[in-house]
Amino acid sequence: MITARFAAALGSFRLDAGFEIPGSGVTALFGPSGCGKTTVLRCMAGLARLADGYLAINGEVWQDGRTFTPPHRRPIGYVFQEASLFPHMSVRDNLLYGFKRAKADRPAVAFDDVVDLLGIGRLFDRPPMLLSGGERQRVAIGRALLSQPRLLLMDEPLSALDRFSKDDILPYLERLHGALSIPVVYVSHDITEVERLADTLVLMKDGKVQAAGPLQDVLADPALPLARMPQAATVFAARVETVDAAYGLTEVTVPGGRLLVPGDLGARGTTRRVRVLASDVSLGRQAPVDTTILNALPAVILAGEATTDHQMTVFLALGADGQGARLLARISRKSWDTLGFAPGDAVVARVKGMALTDQASPAPAPA
Amino acid sequence: MVEPAMWEIIGLTVRLAAFTTVALLVLGTPLAWWLARTNAWYKEIVGALVALPIVLPPTVLGFYLLVAMSPTSPLTQILGGRGLAFSFEGLVVGSVIYSLPFVVNPIRNAFEAIGTRPLEVAATLRASPLDTFFTVAVPLASPGFLTGAVLGFAHTIGEFGVVLMIGGSIPGETKVLSIAIFDYVETLQWDKAHLLSAGMLVFSFLVIFLMMLIEKRLGGRLAR
Repeated sequence: MITARFAAALGSFRLDAGFEIPGSGVTALFGPSGCGKTTVLRCMAGLARLADGYLAINGEVWQDGRTFTPPHRRPIGYVFQEASLFPHMSVRDNLLYGFKRAKADRPAVAFDDVVDLLGIGRLFDRPPMLLSGGERQRVAIGRALLSQPRLLLMDEPLSALDRFSKDDILPYLERLHGALSIPVVYVSHDITEVERLADTLVLMKDGKVQAAGPLQDVLADPALPLARMPQAATVFAARVETVDAAYGLTEVTVPGGRLLVPGDLGARGTTRRVRVLASDVSLGRQAPVDTTILNALPAVILAGEATTDHQMTVFLALGADGQGARLLARISRKSWDTLGFAPGDAVVARVKGMALTDQASPAPAPA
Repeated sequence: MVEPAMWEIIGLTVRLAAFTTVALLVLGTPLAWWLARTNAWYKEIVGALVALPIVLPPTVLGFYLLVAMSPTSPLTQILGGRGLAFSFEGLVVGSVIYSLPFVVNPIRNAFEAIGTRPLEVAATLRASPLDTFFTVAVPLASPGFLTGAVLGFAHTIGEFGVVLMIGGSIPGETKVLSIAIFDYVETLQWDKAHLLSAGMLVFSFLVIFLMMLIEKRLGGRLAR
């Protein structure tokens, strides 16, 4: 468990952010530029010190009142927006800088593993100047991991990169997520990155925490602005059940329902992340007949809200009993009125398309 | 052509410059670091004091040093020694003060140019502040150190006013190059004055040229 609270008046900006997040998995600090998320991350690293702050990592207090562990005594890894490699050292020496100094701890992260995971072996003897942006950031991530952190802090590690380099790095970050048990706090203002990587979401605005909780819950919370975005989506942890090779479909279970997803998603029991755009979900009273849409899930309407004059965002819970995962649907106000939907109604949600978040482009809907 | 007396002068001058440069690097580095990193309100007052010898007439600086180094001065009493005036040690002290800005300012600028990021990176990689200083700050500021050392050395070689005031012209002890040239001219030994002057001219050109070459190379290597 990570407990953090930082408060200060910084000029006219008032920061007062507190949250409690799991001591494992990826937590995204998400919010618009200037909402204070980077300041919070710097405070967690000890790079900034606010007098009124508290930070405990899995029971170990790093800041409380006059207690303050300086950054070099905190077992953290920090990835900055720009790679910030030491220009006077080779890639290898950059990687070894923290590794050597962390020797006192038992090396939980092996040098060769990190090098393989990030694919940076062939860059070893080059000066950082001669690397591409994406390569530099991969080395910076490796350097941070090799310092044997018990907490990895990442400050928009992709935002200084072009689209191409981003796509180059994201798969590596996802592999990290799977391969390491180190908790990660990831600052981002890009919701698609968050949907891909995060397990927990801390939503910030104007120096305050608006919400903190599991990603699925925060994305589909009617009280929060995320569900109102044009690109609003929900994310499920989907467990692979059976693969139908003849039709090229995989049946997965999500909390409260089953989905058919195109492609072979791996062995039974594998967990994959599936993202469903609100605009890809339509609603009906009955199970559809005579349709090419394969995925029709019973669900219960929790709330409906006008997003624009003519468009509704419907908050659903999967399962006939409404006990399953949250789902968002974007429908026209005319449909809402014509069908007479109301909170509590049992409906059937038809999912026209979905994407595995670890695929670059959305998979076509199984139709 | 170059007689033994001249070699003695050149040797003494180089020795003075070498001692002064080493002393300046040892004293100037922490001072430059402090000036580059502190937020103290009196930072620029200290900065101005360090830079003062750039604009102060050497004779003024030399006069005050002479007063401070005289056998009867309070400073000498406190230190409990003989006065440093008209001694090699006195020259070193005077040169250190006189050449201070030429060493401190380049190093300070180099430290400032690093910015805070590399230091923060080092801290997050478990390097203590002292460790960071020697493994990150100093290597990244190396062009500044080089410039500072070369300028400090060359500036001490060419020093005249301060030496004249506190050193006099004692052969083997305080008679350095610039003083010797002055003496030769005074005594109408123009050929000797020519020889030493031409030597200084070539030396100065080489120093500046070398420095520009080094800065260009280091600057290219450390560019981000």
